[in-house]
Amino acid sequence: MKFVINVLSASTAPSTRRALRFAQALLASGHEIVRVFFYQDGVLTASNNIVVAQDQQDIAQQWQAFITEHQLDAVVCIAAALRRGVLDQAEAQRYQRDAVNLAEGYQLSGLGQLHDGLQQADRLISFGGE
Amino acid sequence: MAQSVLLISRQAPWAGIAAAEALDIALAAGAFDLPLSMLFMDDGVFQLLAQQQPQILEQKDLSANLQALPMFGIEQLYVAQQCLSERGLADSSLAIEAERLDDLQIQQLIRQFDHVITL
Repeated sequence: MKFVINVLSASTAPSTRRALRFAQALLASGHEIVRVFFYQDGVLTASNNIVVAQDQQDIAQQWQAFITEHQLDAVVCIAAALRRGVLDQAEAQRYQRDAVNLAEGYQLSGLGQLHDGLQQADRLISFGGE
Repeated sequence: MAQSVLLISRQAPWAGIAAAEALDIALAAGAFDLPLSMLFMDDGVFQLLAQQQPQILEQKDLSANLQALPMFGIEQLYVAQQCLSERGLADSSLAIEAERLDDLQIQQLIRQFDHVITL
């Protein structure tokens, strides 16, 4: 089955960890992930400036490793990302900001990419809240 | 045929940016001519009220964006009657036309869509 995964909370939220474990289980069971879409506070997961204490799980890093390993289409809503300070090179230049912190493997794009993913998918699974 | 989406908006207009971000999903679907309907539930029903004064809370007025939905082809708007009643709004006039549904009708509505997004 084809899935879109929608991540709505920051990487500190248990729901974002559950989203990752669910996505890993999907691939392990032979399903396809059409796209992972990061929206609302979910965009914070795509920052490469997250530093986690040694005795805690780094879910943002785990998400990035998972996306890179499986070459997943990981789209971060550009409007939601900009207002939360997650910028790629082009946006940092456009708005004259020092920081470029969109992690490798992610791309900034519009909400149209969520809808485009849904049109290709059998199931949308959203992870938000705590 | 395009897959249909039901967007359930559950946040009050004053509760940060969540309601506006839900609305953006609807407007994006409209821009791509995709079939999307909206259901307002829980504190999301407050978005529909007339005569809001968001400027007092230094918030942006969502009403204009909500009223623009039909222009984007998003014409089917629903509101949970029970959620209005629980908030003492059963008899309030709504600034935005939305069909009032009881719980059973909401169950039936959700079944009609290919995808459901709840924000």
